[in-house]
Amino acid sequence: MSSTMPMQEYISPGHMACPGCGAVLAMRYILNVLGEKTVVVIPASCWSVIDGVFPYSAVRVPLFHTAFETAASVASGIKAGLDIQGDTETTVLAFAGDGATFDIGFQALSGAAERNEDFIYVCYDNEAYMNTGVQRSSATPYGAWTTTTPVRHPKDRPKKRILEIMAAHEIPYAATASIAYPDDLSAKVKKAKGIYGTKFLHIFSPCPTGWKSKSSQIIKIARLAVHTKVFPLYEVENGFTFHINMEPKNIPVREYLKLQGRFAHLSEEDIADIQRQVDEEWEHLLKRALY
Amino acid sequence: MKREYIRGGVIHNSGNSVIFKTGGWRVFRPVIDQSMCNRCKLCYWYCPDNTIIWEEDNVGINYEYCKGCGICAHECPKSAIQMEREKL
Repeated sequence: MSSTMPMQEYISPGHMACPGCGAVLAMRYILNVLGEKTVVVIPASCWSVIDGVFPYSAVRVPLFHTAFETAASVASGIKAGLDIQGDTETTVLAFAGDGATFDIGFQALSGAAERNEDFIYVCYDNEAYMNTGVQRSSATPYGAWTTTTPVRHPKDRPKKRILEIMAAHEIPYAATASIAYPDDLSAKVKKAKGIYGTKFLHIFSPCPTGWKSKSSQIIKIARLAVHTKVFPLYEVENGFTFHINMEPKNIPVREYLKLQGRFAHLSEEDIADIQRQVDEEWEHLLKRALY
Repeated sequence: MKREYIRGGVIHNSGNSVIFKTGGWRVFRPVIDQSMCNRCKLCYWYCPDNTIIWEEDNVGINYEYCKGCGICAHECPKSAIQMEREKL
């Protein structure tokens, strides 16, 4: 792992993330690849807090805090400004949570993707509105506890398939990645950097606070998510070409669920139901990958 | 009293969050057994707080910032890192 990844760091210690935060790792791996010539756009998300209280900042590259729904539009604007200045080297990175991608910022993102604006859009997915206190988002998986989907009424709808929605915009590159596999994540960021157009990365980043899991186990959870087929690693080029990057080990989904307190209320039938849904989605993905 | 404001809310010296010594958040302290370490650097890559220090193949932990999440101890393939409760 260490041989392929650059060791120059762009995040200072002393940031305000909870112990064991996956979002910090996601940002760290990405900035290690993108380097100094990067402008980061952050909408309201956990990262607005992680960066530090004003006037302190943990990120050593230019970073722009913006409103919840505007990450993609601000990134488009910054890229246009850089173009006018004749700067073609600088990469614009929009770094939004799942709330700002799946729900609130989706209209701006869809518009930017349709115009094929030249920036990398990263969604770090912790599967709820964690910063405001664990409220349900459309990224929350079926059966999960949040404060707005309590144990008696857990979420009854599946997670939105955002990567396929983004791929349907026929953007040049869309991929899923996981903080448990930094090599794969770095390779995808490197690939995205070399492509012109809107690049979308969906990064699975566990949240020990909101998922009621042990902070030491987040990497294990992220790894299990890949191998239980809950979060397969794949990429889509130009909207049609699907590649699966990692063959899952077919671990039962129960192993993934039992590490998280947000799934503690599930009965055997519920777990069987989730297993069935996961298998169906995987079959669906396999069909598209063969296509 | 005259207060000074930063124009436009711009932070010029970014990376200045180092003044926050987040080590005070810690309940469990990671301790490395150097003799068991195989220098794989997994702890370095998986640390969310950049507190694992590598200098010429020697590993150390920056306790000023370590929040004690325990990822390094959990991911260490040789179990060379143990979590010990902080003493007051």
